[in-house]
Amino acid sequence: MTDTDVRLQPKKKGLTRRQKRSLSRGAQYAVFAAAVIAFAVTADWGRLQNQFAQADIARQMFPDVITLALKNTVLYTLSGFVVGLVLGMVIALMRLSSVGPYRWLASVYIEIFRGLPALLIFIFVGVAVPLAFPGTEIPGGTYGKVALALGLVSAAYMAETIRAGIQAVPKGQMEAARSLGFSPAKAMVSIIVPQAFRIILPPLTNELVLLFKDSSLVLFLGVTLEERELSKFGRDLASTTANSTPILVAGLCYLLVTIPLSFVVRRMETKAQEAIR
Amino acid sequence: MSRPEIEVRGLHKSFGDNEVLRGIDLEIGQGEVVCVIGPSGSGKSTLLRCVNLLEEPTKGNVFVGGTEVTDPDVDIDAVRRRIGMVFQQFNLFPHLSVTENLTLPQRRVLGRDKATAARTAAENLARVGLSEKADAYPSSLSGGQQQRVAIARALAMGPEVMLFDEPTSALDPELVGDVLAVMRMLAREGMTMMVVTHEMTFAREVADRVVFMDGGVIVEDGSPERVIGDPQHERTRHFLSRLLDPAMAEVEEETSDQVGKSEP
Repeated sequence: MTDTDVRLQPKKKGLTRRQKRSLSRGAQYAVFAAAVIAFAVTADWGRLQNQFAQADIARQMFPDVITLALKNTVLYTLSGFVVGLVLGMVIALMRLSSVGPYRWLASVYIEIFRGLPALLIFIFVGVAVPLAFPGTEIPGGTYGKVALALGLVSAAYMAETIRAGIQAVPKGQMEAARSLGFSPAKAMVSIIVPQAFRIILPPLTNELVLLFKDSSLVLFLGVTLEERELSKFGRDLASTTANSTPILVAGLCYLLVTIPLSFVVRRMETKAQEAIR
Repeated sequence: MSRPEIEVRGLHKSFGDNEVLRGIDLEIGQGEVVCVIGPSGSGKSTLLRCVNLLEEPTKGNVFVGGTEVTDPDVDIDAVRRRIGMVFQQFNLFPHLSVTENLTLPQRRVLGRDKATAARTAAENLARVGLSEKADAYPSSLSGGQQQRVAIARALAMGPEVMLFDEPTSALDPELVGDVLAVMRMLAREGMTMMVVTHEMTFAREVADRVVFMDGGVIVEDGSPERVIGDPQHERTRHFLSRLLDPAMAEVEEETSDQVGKSEP
């Protein structure tokens, strides 16, 4: 064939590669600047400030927004996380079990609870569980219900994460443990799971962030004044003051926790990357 | 002579349609060092892994110290405590320090108390010459050091038999010597050892017997002088010539399944 060498072909007319690159970058900056200017000019800053940034309303939220609302949010999240972690661990081990029915049950659980909106599960826990088991009370009142609902939701995700983590531990680790005389269960607990958790710490922390936000769904369970968390607290105050500043403050409180957590996750991921090298 | 420490009778092992072991009979006496050599895919590692039941034989029996390993009702965890195993890839526990690698199995499996486990760990680290690495983590050690720790970890359990699965094959050439030195020391101390290896010098010097395997069967079994020095079978000669002088090998037609080669 008579393919000519690319380098020998005469230069096409038009822009060089470098010119194209700077043109493309210039265009991106221009679009960005235009969007910022359009937003700044068209938004009604006066009304926004009036509605969302009233300093005196923000001030009257303290200290309750921290001592009550944020505290409850954290409490709901952590209890849900613990329930989810324990349940997720059990389901992950069931998924890896050699007993067929355990595997099927675990798969069914994961598919169902991963597919349902968290909101429906909250309603289910609030309504269906008391209906199905009349007379029984979920221990811990609202706290117990939230822990159960959040736990049910997160267990499905965590089970898959934990399973992936366990399977990511090299096979030789189990073989080494077994050849030292560890029983399968002991090897799992002492050797495999500790290594799996190192692998899945970043995704588990991400799950914590998700739960932190999902804890706002507690308002569908009906809570007392003392049990309010950030979203409910902000919304209630917004309606009594007829102003949205509390929503903004509540939002900032969420970010106060989630942004440092994300930072921690990124740090862990970088460290894990370095450890592999 | 007393009962052999390791006894393999009529052992077969298949992975699906692939028959890797096709009837192995082997006896290893107490204190004997047996090196198993052979081309890759000959089934030598599978044979070794059948001895402590990391692979379940398809047919046949394996006895270690008079206990039948292949008995479905045997307490395999108890049997494995008497069999130390050293892997090609070391398989140290990366989340534990060197000392913890040695103490955790003693405590969890043998139920030894903290002080006894720590003392046994220190003794065995000293035996492999790595006392100063007691607090290090496996990732900070060289391959040779990791393999010596792995040997110490197996020894800390007080095994009667040691299995070595190509213990030096994953090592840089200059690190092989340290590991072989530890193994030579063990052999001198009278440990019963079954070693799958490509180290002919070690086999010639340390082994009481050398077993040559090819195509899932034992082709030759005898003293190192006989099997390595004066092989009786063409397959052994061929293998040894390629191993001892790789540069001399000719280009050959690949047989499609090395393992499934027919019987001689």
